[in-house]
Amino acid sequence: MDSLILRTATRLLLTLMILFSIFILWRGHNEPGGGFVGGLICAVAFALHALAFGVKEMKRLLVVDPRSLLGGGLLLGILSGFFAGPGGDPFMTARWIIFKDATGAKALALGTPVLFDIGVYLVVVGALLAMVQALMEED
Amino acid sequence: MIAWLVASPILVPLTTAALCAVFWHRPALQRVLSLGGSTLLLILAGLLLARVMEGGVQVAQMGSWAAPFGITLVADTLSALMILIASVMALAVAVYALGDVDAVRERGGYHIIFQVLMVGVCGSFITGDLFNLYVWFEVMLISSFVLLSLGGTKEQIDGAIKYAGINLIATACFLLAVALLYGVTGTLNMADLAVRVPHVANKGLVSTIAVLFIIAFGMKAAVFPFFFWLHAAYHTPAVAVQAIFAGLLTKVGVYALLRCFTLIFTGDMGWTHGILMWIAGATMLTGALGSLAVRDLRRALSWQVVAHIGYMIMGLAIATPLAIAGTVFYLVHDIVVKTNLFLGAGVVRRLSGGDTSYARLGGLFTAAPILCVVLFVPLASLAGFPPFSGFWSKLLLVRAGLAVENWAIVAVALVTGLLTFWLVGRLWAEMVWKSNPAGDALGTASLGGAARVALVAPLVLLSAITVTIGLYAEPLMRVSAMAADGLVDPQAYIDAVLGAVPTTPTLVGAAEPAAMEVQP
Repeated sequence: MDSLILRTATRLLLTLMILFSIFILWRGHNEPGGGFVGGLICAVAFALHALAFGVKEMKRLLVVDPRSLLGGGLLLGILSGFFAGPGGDPFMTARWIIFKDATGAKALALGTPVLFDIGVYLVVVGALLAMVQALMEED
Repeated sequence: MIAWLVASPILVPLTTAALCAVFWHRPALQRVLSLGGSTLLLILAGLLLARVMEGGVQVAQMGSWAAPFGITLVADTLSALMILIASVMALAVAVYALGDVDAVRERGGYHIIFQVLMVGVCGSFITGDLFNLYVWFEVMLISSFVLLSLGGTKEQIDGAIKYAGINLIATACFLLAVALLYGVTGTLNMADLAVRVPHVANKGLVSTIAVLFIIAFGMKAAVFPFFFWLHAAYHTPAVAVQAIFAGLLTKVGVYALLRCFTLIFTGDMGWTHGILMWIAGATMLTGALGSLAVRDLRRALSWQVVAHIGYMIMGLAIATPLAIAGTVFYLVHDIVVKTNLFLGAGVVRRLSGGDTSYARLGGLFTAAPILCVVLFVPLASLAGFPPFSGFWSKLLLVRAGLAVENWAIVAVALVTGLLTFWLVGRLWAEMVWKSNPAGDALGTASLGGAARVALVAPLVLLSAITVTIGLYAEPLMRVSAMAADGLVDPQAYIDAVLGAVPTTPTLVGAAEPAAMEVQP
C-alpha cells in the first residue's frame, strides 16, 4: 500500500503508540493494563509501520528477529520466577523492593511481577510480529 | 529446594524452548540445546522419582499461594514415574531427530516446538489443579498441531485438520466439565475436589460431569469410539514426531483418566467404571481388528496404539490395587514399546525406499540382520511374548480381571492378545522373511555414518529398556505397586497438598508483611 497520508500519519503515530504501550505496561503494575495489552498496542504500531512502509522497513526498525524477541521475553518471564530461589521460596514467589519518600510513606514498590510483565510484553510483540511478517511476506 | 525440583519438569523444557527461540537462525545450536535440555530433564526426573520414593508425595505451591487457591504442583509416585519415562522418550527422540528431521523442518522451528510439547506433557503429569491441566492440554494441542503440519504436505494438512477439529471438541467438553465442576464444588484443586465431591448433594450432576471428563480425556487417549482421528493423523508427520505422539500423547489422556477416576470420581463406580469397562473392551477389539485390516506397517502400528490403550482403561475400570498397578506397569511398557516401534518403522521406511506398505517391504533380514534383532524386541513385547515387558503387564491385568471374576473382559483381553500375536507374525513375515519385491533391501550402512548412529542408537536404547523390564521386572513392579497404592488410597496425596503450609512471601527492603496491604 503506497499512501502519503498513511505514511505521514504512521511516522507520528508509531512513537506515540509505542510510548502509550509502555505507559499501559507500567500502569498495569497497580491498575488495569499490563504486559499483554501493552504488547498488543506495541505490535499494532509496528504492524502499521509494516503496512505503510513494507515488511523490510519494519524488520530494519525492529533490529532483532521477532521470534528471538519472543524467546527473549519468555526467558525474562522465567527469570522473574527465579528471584524466589535465594530466599528458599517456591518458583514465582514475588520479591519486592520498596522505596519510601521523605515522609517515610511507601512511594514505589518494584517487584519481580513487573519483570514478568515485561516478559509478557515482549512475547506478545514477538509472536504477533512473527505472524504479521509471515503473512505479509507470503504474497 | 524441593519445590524447585518439583517445578523442574516444566522449567527445564520451557527454558530450553525459550533459548532455542532466541537462537532462531542457528539450527545447529538448537540441536545442542535440545539434546542438553532433554538430558538435564532426564537427570532431574530421576532425582524427583528417587525423592518421591523416599519421602512420599512432594508438593510445590507456585508463587507461595496456598492450596486450594494457587496452582499446586504435586509429584506422587505415578507423576514422577511418568515424567521419568517421558524424559527418557524425549531424549531418545531428540537423538533420533538429529538424523531424521530435515533442514526445512528445523528452520520451521522443530526443536522449539518439540520442547514446548514436552512442557505440555510434563506439566500435565505434574499439575495438581484441574484448570491447570486444561492449560497444559492446550499447550500440547497447539504444539502438536504445529508439529503435525510442519513440512506442509497435503496429507499432513489433512491429518492436522482432523486432529485439530476433534481436539477442539474434546477441549470444549473438558472446559464445560471443568466449569460445571467448579460451579458445583467451588474449587478446582484436585486434592480439594477429592474432599468436596463426595459431599455434593446432586449425585446425578456429578455423574454427568464424570462422563464429560471421560469424553474429553477419551478423545485425547483415542479410546473407542473417539479413535478415528488417530490413524488419520499419526502416519503423516516426520518420524520423530510420530514416535513421540504415539508414545506419549495418548498416554497423557490415560494418565488424566487414571488421576481423575481414582481421586475425584469414585462415588458412583458402578456407573462410571462400568462405562470405562465397555470402552476398554471395544477399544481393544477395534484396535486389534483395525491393525489386521490395513496393509501398511505404519498404519497397522497406529491401530495398535488404539488397541493397547484398551488394556490400560481395562485396569482402571477394574480398579483393584492389582489392576491399577497393572495399568501403571502397562503405561511404562507401552510408552517405551510404541516409541520404539514408530522409530523403527521410520528406519525401515528409509531402507525400503520411502514406503511402508506390505507390498514394498521385505528382505530385511539379509540386508540388516542386527536391526531385525533390535526390532524383534518391541514387536515381541507388543505381542506379549515372555520374557519381554508386554508379557508381565498383560499377566498383571489378566490376573486382576480373574480376581474380580470379570470373565468377559479377560476373554476380550486374551483375544486381543491373540490378534496382536497374529499381526506381529504377519509383520515379521512381510518385513523380515519375505524376499524384497524390488530386489535387495538396503542395509543400515546406506543411512550414512552420523545419521546411522543417530537413527539406530535410540532403537537399541529403547529395546534394552524393554528387555531389562522384561527380565528384571521387580523394580518397576514395586514402583507400580507403590503408585497404585497411592491412587487407590489418595489420603496421603490429599494431606500432602492441603496440609502443606506455604511460606509467606518475603519482602526485600521492608521487613513487615503489612507493607503490602492496601491502606484505606
